[in-house]
Amino acid sequence: MKCTDLLALLNDYVDGAIDPSLCAQFEAHMVGCNPCQVVIDNIRQTITLYQNGAVHELPLPFRQQLHAALREKWKTCHPCPSPAGDPRSSTG
Amino acid sequence: MTAPYPDHDLVCRAQAGDLDAFEALTTRHERSIYCLAQRILGNTHDAEDVTQTTFLNALEHLAGFRLESSFSTWIHRIATFAALKILRKRRGLETVSLEEATFSSEEAEALPLPEFIADWTQSPEELTARQETRQAIENALAELDEKHRLVFVLRDVEGFSVRETAETLGLTEANVKVRLLRARLQLRERLTRVFGDPQRALSRHHHHQPAAAPTAGASGA
Repeated sequence: MKCTDLLALLNDYVDGAIDPSLCAQFEAHMVGCNPCQVVIDNIRQTITLYQNGAVHELPLPFRQQLHAALREKWKTCHPCPSPAGDPRSSTG
Repeated sequence: MTAPYPDHDLVCRAQAGDLDAFEALTTRHERSIYCLAQRILGNTHDAEDVTQTTFLNALEHLAGFRLESSFSTWIHRIATFAALKILRKRRGLETVSLEEATFSSEEAEALPLPEFIADWTQSPEELTARQETRQAIENALAELDEKHRLVFVLRDVEGFSVRETAETLGLTEANVKVRLLRARLQLRERLTRVFGDPQRALSRHHHHQPAAAPTAGASGA
């Protein structure tokens, strides 16, 4: 197996979906090929980086607007539960 | 970072009519939804739009949400579809897929070989902890072609299967795989140029095919 063959199988290997017989060859190649090992490492780290998550902060004015919109919508979805009750009794 | 309550409890309370619980759920997930929308759409205005649509939508359909799936997955799906809808609208392609039929040549093109190969100087955890490096990470993604970026975000970040990614974007599964591979390789290249240790850079020309007969211990079962 050559380095270019590894590239073609890279997705399956990283996703754990590689055919077991190819997997053995893949790993045998990596034992003798430091650059390929590092590339695979880098790829795994790349994926982890983006899974690690939330990077962008919500701008504060938008956050306030969002929550205000939710409270407004909530009222239309949740009209006063008991017809006899004071509609303001649950505010707070 | 452990949450004070799992989403399950908050969802139950919100479904029972507790607005505070719904706002707590929103607070917990709003950043990641906003980030997802930013990554797909690339601008603040549309990202805000998608974020608001997502939580209003979730609020409206909360009663129908079943606790078998996670709240997080549910709202991430809502946000993904809302963001893709905006992309389609931008192009006036309301009903058709996001794609033009240009993929036939794509699979035939040679893959770009890794050029700059080096261990990174910091772990992913360290890199995502700091503002400057987080910005560099987002920039690398934003610089990808949209067709590669979308596949990467859906498949690798949002955890769609290959089939779901294909169905969502109107692509073949083969196409998703090719684009994902290209996206991963391009991101790796860009990020390694930023985070790789130049003193430990390796050349892929440095070695040839490894010996056919591995040394003792290296052979598999």
